[in-house]
Amino acid sequence: MENSELNEISNFLIKHPPFDELEPEQLAGLSQQVEVAYYRAGAEILKLSDPIQDLYVIRSGAVEMYKRDGELYNRLTQGEVFGHSGLLMNRRVRLPAVALEDTLLYCIPAQLFHKLFDENDYFADFFDLDGGAQLRQAISANTDSNDLSTVKVKNLQLRDVVTVSKNTSVRDAAVVMTEEMISSVLVTDPDLPVPDDPEDDDGQVVGIITDQDLRTRLLAADLPATTAVKDVMTTDLIVIDENTYVFEVVLKMLRQNVHHLPIVHRRKPVGVVSLSDILLHESQSSILFVRGIFSQQSVDELITYAEQLPAVFLRQVKEDANSHMIGSAMSVIGRCFKQRLLELAENELGPPPVKYCLLALGSMARNEQLIITDQDNALILDEAYNPEQHEDYFIKLATFLTDGLNACGYSYCSGDIMASNGQWRKTLSEWKALFDSWFEQPSPKALLHSSIFFDLDGVAGHTRWADELKRHIARKAKDNPRFLAAMARNALNRTPPLAFFKGFVVEKDGEHKNSINLKRRGTAPLTDVIRVHALAIGSRSLNSFERIDDIIAADILPPGKARDLSDALEYIAMVRIIHQAEDIEAGRKPDNNIEPESLSSFEKRNLKEAFQVLSNAQNFLKFRYTGGHRPGQANNRRQ
Amino acid sequence: MRSQRNQSVDWQQQFQILQAQAEDARLRSYYSEELPEQTTPLADAPLVALDLETTGLDPDQSEIVSIGLVPFSTQRVYLRDYRHWVVKPRKPMSEDSILIHGITHSDVESAPSFDAVFEQLLGALASKIVVVHCRSIEQEFLNRRCLQITGETLKLPIIDTMEIERRALEGRRGALDKLLRRPLGSLRLADARKRYSLPAYQAHHALTDAIATAELLQAQLAYHYRPDTPVRDLWV
Repeated sequence: MENSELNEISNFLIKHPPFDELEPEQLAGLSQQVEVAYYRAGAEILKLSDPIQDLYVIRSGAVEMYKRDGELYNRLTQGEVFGHSGLLMNRRVRLPAVALEDTLLYCIPAQLFHKLFDENDYFADFFDLDGGAQLRQAISANTDSNDLSTVKVKNLQLRDVVTVSKNTSVRDAAVVMTEEMISSVLVTDPDLPVPDDPEDDDGQVVGIITDQDLRTRLLAADLPATTAVKDVMTTDLIVIDENTYVFEVVLKMLRQNVHHLPIVHRRKPVGVVSLSDILLHESQSSILFVRGIFSQQSVDELITYAEQLPAVFLRQVKEDANSHMIGSAMSVIGRCFKQRLLELAENELGPPPVKYCLLALGSMARNEQLIITDQDNALILDEAYNPEQHEDYFIKLATFLTDGLNACGYSYCSGDIMASNGQWRKTLSEWKALFDSWFEQPSPKALLHSSIFFDLDGVAGHTRWADELKRHIARKAKDNPRFLAAMARNALNRTPPLAFFKGFVVEKDGEHKNSINLKRRGTAPLTDVIRVHALAIGSRSLNSFERIDDIIAADILPPGKARDLSDALEYIAMVRIIHQAEDIEAGRKPDNNIEPESLSSFEKRNLKEAFQVLSNAQNFLKFRYTGGHRPGQANNRRQ
Repeated sequence: MRSQRNQSVDWQQQFQILQAQAEDARLRSYYSEELPEQTTPLADAPLVALDLETTGLDPDQSEIVSIGLVPFSTQRVYLRDYRHWVVKPRKPMSEDSILIHGITHSDVESAPSFDAVFEQLLGALASKIVVVHCRSIEQEFLNRRCLQITGETLKLPIIDTMEIERRALEGRRGALDKLLRRPLGSLRLADARKRYSLPAYQAHHALTDAIATAELLQAQLAYHYRPDTPVRDLWV
């Protein structure tokens, strides 16, 4: 065998993307075209603007790539590839490369690279554009459309197929339907041969029998319950392919005047869709779900209603909503639960003695709430508030709210940042004074647990006070370098798990058995970084994506950097969301952890890219707001 | 590193003489291909890494079972031009040698004899400097088989990566090491490669060893020689 002679090369390539999905003959051909080159540590491999002839695969060693301005762009190690951006753009080196360690490279001639690029979609997708653009592409593949008419019938939560044999008595069939709680059952003929070709397998289904058939063809015709189902079933089966859009199914049901349609994969029934399945699906749309919150008449009803929340979340994910849409919908739903609970509380406790405003803090205020979240809230009370007269009422109101939320799945805040904590019930002037103390004596320590207060929004009651507080914060935070430095310092506390992906030089032999918390190591620190920039420019937006729009408009970041931030946030958030949706579907408790081994190489690559953006953004934050001075020094200079 | 010019042969000139003396047409043809001049910088020299797998070390007692070679330069190893032959020994192989090479009786059953690939082998080596790890083996085996086939000796311009490694290690050895007669360190191909952070390859496969030798020379030159070092400093 020709290729087995070069198995040292092909065995290596097949372990590393994008070569892992090449056809055997492509791989064999590729191995034969490889040229090998050795670079000692420190040697220049690629020089900016030189012509580039090859795609490089690192066989051993480590390589550093630099940007035009000399800033480190990336560090690559065994199995990683470089040079493609130059090959795809203008055949000139775009990112100079230097051997960080003694490095052995496999060089794949440009001609062959382009040939594989044209022949193999996976190979092409892997390289298609670079850096942010690659991430952006990964995101856009996720966010095609959220139009209801694009939901396919296979995405409905269907029941498994239940069948009875054609000779079963109608009575036994009715027992099966009752036990399974279904209104129709498929009828099979076990005597029919099973076709050899799975494409032709129709599951031996010969008919369907429904509640309606039992009524019209059995009872009304005065037939005995011992009648075989084959004598009363409907035989001219109308089936629909699983890829049919839901709206087409509805049209078909209306036109044929049927309420049950078997769904087939190729020809084999995989489920039955009934009109009620479609109604249930519609009721899980977030808009209808929100409307329903306000018709729940008691806390117990609300708690039962909240059990549908995972299904509503799941549906949004399946409809390919992006993280901004999902975060907004889940936040709106969360707000409605709060509003409805306060209405129910006031019904029970009577009208409030003084006006109040309920504040949402953190992810709900930013419209970035997901399925698992704890409650973070606080109250602004009227200046006329008098603890002796009024405190009792607000303790009861707040406790009613926080207990209700907890029962509905919004668990208590572990840091006790809740309206039920007297510390977080203040008049507007008291709130302003608290914020002023943070602005005037900022220290990273004092601000460590208060970043959540800089994402606040009015949810219920006198929400104008919340707007006034937001205005106050935006005005005071802007142009306050000491405060921004302290916030920036805190935003650097949580670092991205680059080592997981980087195969970083010192860790190349290490095993990474731990999982990554995508919230703590990803979306949360990104949100922190974005918040500091937003506060620095006096933005009053709360949502991270809207804050990024403000940051772009203020032009405070180098070109493209703000867009990179939003791409990275979107990507990590979507991986987190999809992971949670998978947990829900599998009946597991959704969480924020993900095991790197469970990711595809494509996801790994994009996640790594996104974490790299975060890391770069943190470095920039440090450089821009902390300026290399300790807060104490800045303090002295100002006074 | 200090050059060893005293040993040096002007192979270009030598080949002209050898061509005139050779009786065998295959050898005449091999010697007629032009070699680089002795002052040619290493960076411009055409090289070919060669490895023979044999049933033992003694060329009189042992047989060649496979031959691997790959052309290269100091910058690139050209895998597309590799050659690999399994050849049929004249005597049956022992079980021990089968264990080492993984080449079995059935592999060699249908293989050509060494004589049958001899001319192709010379063609692949022609006009290039042969690079081997431990030249005595390849030189002796090829010369012995050439004598048997043509009745004449075979002379090859060779760069020996083992010799380069020995010089590099000796150059690094301090006076104290010499006084204490500390051992030099292993010169085996795999161990030499490790010093340059080259990856571990499957050993005792003629083509893989040839590729490994080519990579080793690239690494040794990157560490110990300037690119404009003339070939005469290294070939013997």
